[in-house]
Amino acid sequence: MKPGPFVYHRPLSVQEALSVLTDVGHEGKILAGGQSLIPILNMRLASPSHLVDINRVPGLDEVTVSSEAVRVGALVRHRQLERDTGAYAANPLLRQALHCVAHPAIRNRGTTVGSIAHADAAGEMPSVAVLTEAVMEIRGPSGVREVAADDFFEGALETCLDHDEILEAVRFGRFPEGTGTAFLESARRHGDYALAGVAAAVTVTDGTIVSARASFVSVTEVPTRLDLTEAVAGQEPGAVDWSVIDDLVQEHISPEADIHATADYRRVLAGELTRRALAQAVTR
Amino acid sequence: MSTRQFGAPVQRREDPRLVTGNGRYLDDLGHTAYECAFLRSPHAHARIVDIDIADAFEVDGVVAIYLHEDLPGAVGEPLPLLIPHPALIAPRTGYCLAKDEVNHVGEAVVMVVARDRYVAEDAVARIQVEWSPLPAVVGLERAREAAHLVHEEAAGNISAHLLQSVGDVDAALASAPHRLTLDLSIERSACMPMEGKGVYARWDAQDEKLRIYSSTQTSTGVRAAVAAKLGLPLAKVECIAPDIGGGFGAKIMHPWPEEVLIPWAARLLGHDVKWTEDRREHFISSSHERGQLQQVEVGFDDEGRILALDVKFWHDNGSYTPYGIIVPIITSTQLLGPYKPRSYRVEFWSMYTNTVLVTPYRGAGRPQGCFAMERTMDAIAAQLGIDRAEVRSRNFILPQEMPYDHGLMFQDGRPLKYDSGDFPASLAKLKALVGWDDFAAYREQAAAEGRRVGLGIGCYVEGTGVGPYEGGHIQVETNGRVNVATGLTTQGQGHQTILAQIVADELGVPLDDVHVTTGDTRRMAYAVGTFASRGAVMSGNAVALAARVVRAKALRIAAEALEVSADDLDIADGIISVKGAPDTRIALSTVAVLSNPLRYAFDESAKAATQFAGTFDPDKPPIADDEEPGLEGQDFYSPTQATFANGMHAAIVETDPVTAEITILRYCVIHDCGMMVNPMIVEGQVHGGVAQGVGGALYERMFYDESGQLMNASFMDFLIPYASEVPHVETDHLETPSPLNPLGIKGAGEAGTIPVTAVIASAIEDAEGFPIRSMPINPSELWALRREHSQASATKESAP
Amino acid sequence: MTEETYAIAVTVNGVVYHRSVPGRRLLSDFLRHDLELTGTHVGCEHGVCGACTVLVDGEPMRSCLMFAVSAPGHEITTVEGLGNTPEAMNPVQQAFIECHGLQCGFCTPGFLTTITAYLRDHPDPTSAEAREAISGNLCRCTGYQNIVKAVLRAAEIAREAPAAASTSGGASA
Repeated sequence: MKPGPFVYHRPLSVQEALSVLTDVGHEGKILAGGQSLIPILNMRLASPSHLVDINRVPGLDEVTVSSEAVRVGALVRHRQLERDTGAYAANPLLRQALHCVAHPAIRNRGTTVGSIAHADAAGEMPSVAVLTEAVMEIRGPSGVREVAADDFFEGALETCLDHDEILEAVRFGRFPEGTGTAFLESARRHGDYALAGVAAAVTVTDGTIVSARASFVSVTEVPTRLDLTEAVAGQEPGAVDWSVIDDLVQEHISPEADIHATADYRRVLAGELTRRALAQAVTR
Repeated sequence: MSTRQFGAPVQRREDPRLVTGNGRYLDDLGHTAYECAFLRSPHAHARIVDIDIADAFEVDGVVAIYLHEDLPGAVGEPLPLLIPHPALIAPRTGYCLAKDEVNHVGEAVVMVVARDRYVAEDAVARIQVEWSPLPAVVGLERAREAAHLVHEEAAGNISAHLLQSVGDVDAALASAPHRLTLDLSIERSACMPMEGKGVYARWDAQDEKLRIYSSTQTSTGVRAAVAAKLGLPLAKVECIAPDIGGGFGAKIMHPWPEEVLIPWAARLLGHDVKWTEDRREHFISSSHERGQLQQVEVGFDDEGRILALDVKFWHDNGSYTPYGIIVPIITSTQLLGPYKPRSYRVEFWSMYTNTVLVTPYRGAGRPQGCFAMERTMDAIAAQLGIDRAEVRSRNFILPQEMPYDHGLMFQDGRPLKYDSGDFPASLAKLKALVGWDDFAAYREQAAAEGRRVGLGIGCYVEGTGVGPYEGGHIQVETNGRVNVATGLTTQGQGHQTILAQIVADELGVPLDDVHVTTGDTRRMAYAVGTFASRGAVMSGNAVALAARVVRAKALRIAAEALEVSADDLDIADGIISVKGAPDTRIALSTVAVLSNPLRYAFDESAKAATQFAGTFDPDKPPIADDEEPGLEGQDFYSPTQATFANGMHAAIVETDPVTAEITILRYCVIHDCGMMVNPMIVEGQVHGGVAQGVGGALYERMFYDESGQLMNASFMDFLIPYASEVPHVETDHLETPSPLNPLGIKGAGEAGTIPVTAVIASAIEDAEGFPIRSMPINPSELWALRREHSQASATKESAP
Repeated sequence: MTEETYAIAVTVNGVVYHRSVPGRRLLSDFLRHDLELTGTHVGCEHGVCGACTVLVDGEPMRSCLMFAVSAPGHEITTVEGLGNTPEAMNPVQQAFIECHGLQCGFCTPGFLTTITAYLRDHPDPTSAEAREAISGNLCRCTGYQNIVKAVLRAAEIAREAPAAASTSGGASA
């Protein structure tokens, strides 16, 4: 289990990285944290000819909190974001979800933006990106373009990123005042990819629910946001029968069977986790 | 007075080395060796039409590429059938490199030797093979159907068929007041040591000598097999098992193809060669175990006593049978556990499938047997409405019935005869530990909180310490250092500590002076290996016997030097003194000097043994007629039969009413392995065994698709439990000494694993109220079972 | 065609090593075979087992999921750096011996590095926290029970002799 040979590039600026990516065409792959990429290389499931290691590029490792968003640079490690008190205060869902990403040793190296660019539907952070209506800052040869999370994910492990582009940062949106969040998932072992997972946000104004949303892990083809507001709007958060959202959830998800669970089971699990996550969110 | 080491929780002698990065595991050796990678079959069953290695040779750093046709003489012949058995009617073994046909995904086909492993893998990726795929036989159902055959000469895919019986089962079944049948299944898992296999070979051309390091459970076995394959004199081959990162059975199988090929290539190339198995290779080219389908028919009386037990099972042996039918034989005999059915018949078929071969994995067939027996016990209890512990108790063999002969033949070809054990006492301890009688109240309380809990139980008996023998060699140096060698190998069981404890007591020396070597054929050429929980029983008793030889010799020499009778002497803390007159003394180190009459003094202490150093009897030779020089001795322990350890486990599980997630709330173990040499190490063995059992019950399985691809050949999808999945284990011990060996000990290595699957099944069944007949089980499967049973009961209710 | 190599200077256990390696050389192989620091073990090479865990600037990371060429500029600490002789063991190493926290010893270095970093940040964990802290490393021998015990005992030893504890575990975050 050793990676195949590749040419190693270590650009010192985003511009340099972009020019390498442009030069090598589709043969290039960006290395940030590498915690999803390197296992694939070790197993030789992929053998890119060029690896562009962006770890030396300055300025990509910052977490910036503004009134609208938490901006996370391409080299911010999961663990760094998880521990960032400003980010937690601005959007607690980030830490709630990051705690479920693999194990600490992986989070110490893996990057949040990298996991979003990897676009695994079993990943936690793509789901958080869509729930928070994140904005992707994509830099290419002709400058920066911004793409909404909803438009970013195109399929399993597929995004709108072009081969000569870098996902430079992700701006996770902040929820309105009065919003509680929760992130729940169920994995066979703690730290494994989830059989099903859910991120939930419920906003309460003047004692009644004004908004409820959820996004999912491992049970939708691409991460998408489900608006549940209609089903529960106007209700008192402590008195909601969350089973009213069951049908909406079941319509929304499309789980598949694998060696660990049947599709039917994942449905049940996703439904229950969603109920629990929403109930938890309103208590926060 | 020195304290007795036997029975003390002594800290391990091997640990300071291992925790400071100074262990020497296989891949820690040979940094300049060539490394190997193999092209392994991507097909479960196929013929090899053509192999093109031209492109692979172009890779810079490739040294050699070998196919089957390159293997000379015995190297190219089939690998040995290690354990022949009359019931093994169609044995088949593979080749070092596949010849014409492959029979499982992962079978080695081409060997690449290169500068390093990276380059070797590059070359493997460039080898072109033309395959002609054949239908793959995957799973026991397909094997039984026999629409396709794995091996043409194994009709019906059957490698072996064995029937044993005691009493008139048919008559007893016919007349039994109650009868039940159970269809059971248990899936494949694997040992999965954290270190895979590995071989490193050095050929010394000047000495014409081969040294093999292998991550093996038997260095003597590997040595003999390689010498035979390469046609080398045994004296020119040495095999060393260095530190080994776990074995659990997979490494008792030998010779693995690589254990022959690496030494062969090293000799041919005149260069060190090494192969370190990677994780994917370990999944697809080592061994698996556990897969069985079972049918039980039981007849019993109103009290729940078993009058007739009729068991048939089908055992998946994978693609080849180099290790014979040890595993199903153990299932068929150890199934009986602590019970005495009035009549018993067991019949099994060992079946070929196009999957990785099957050899013993910790427990070695016992978990499956225990599962069958314990599921049966629970079924009887349910049928009669009797407490599950009570049903077991009514079927126990009682202490006064020991030794108890079942009238069957065990895995060593000897009678299945229990030597000792106190099952009622063990059960009483278990019930107390888990709070058996209070559980009903706990269940009610949990139910009031909306929680679903269940209590499970499982009992087992384990034949440990099978022969034929192990040896011990002990040498006392003139500085008092005691060198102990035994031939079996160590994979973390703490042999360097427990054997030192035994020798320290027997010889009367400080523990720190005793240094134990295992698994090195240069130090002990006669040995069998580490398996069947035999390390402590076999080598423990062997080194004890050897120590007694050395002690007697030391006393003879000291008696002469002190001019007293040997009977009046005692040894403690390395000093021999006269009983009652402790000032009349001589150090064991001095005796070591005297034991070796010298012409040349090599240091200060040696002067005492030189020919002008003292007075001696001119009429006697320096070495008496019946003595040998040196304070050393050797002895072997060879028992007439296995000694039988036992244990009983109970668990409380909780199942989520909605998601069917399964949590083990408590896990309790009563363990009886006779006298414990080191209770700390025994506890550790139990903890680890239970954890592996939990893996087998709830997480681990080999998931083959219909074409024979192993779908979860990685640690991402083969779910070895982390700490977050393993319960805290509560233990209590009973020490029923074995009457069979001098130390009264029984094996402990496999015990923890054996009943776990049965116990967890029992607990889930208790929580859910429907039978659990197939293990392992995951939440998705439990949820599906719930749906089945609720639909079935709904149908029943709606019926008129 | 000969594979291109890259000259790197890597600091491991306080020593700077200059080597030339291919871009694909895994940090685990670099440590083990180029530097012959074989205390770090390799159990799966896909980041799941944790046997190869080393400290990178004091934080546990999988050395099988890093390339050696990515290591310059970081302080790497391996098990040898925690204490390479029986006389110089750190509290976690001592506790593993006292509590029988290892059997075959293969996974142990990964646990030792992980726990050393954890206790630096959480000097007084509960038993449940200790169990969670080790939940990213696989052990096939011990059932983890005595490792949990060793985490608690190491914390105790570190409290008894705080000076000894602070010398190990690489740079602080």
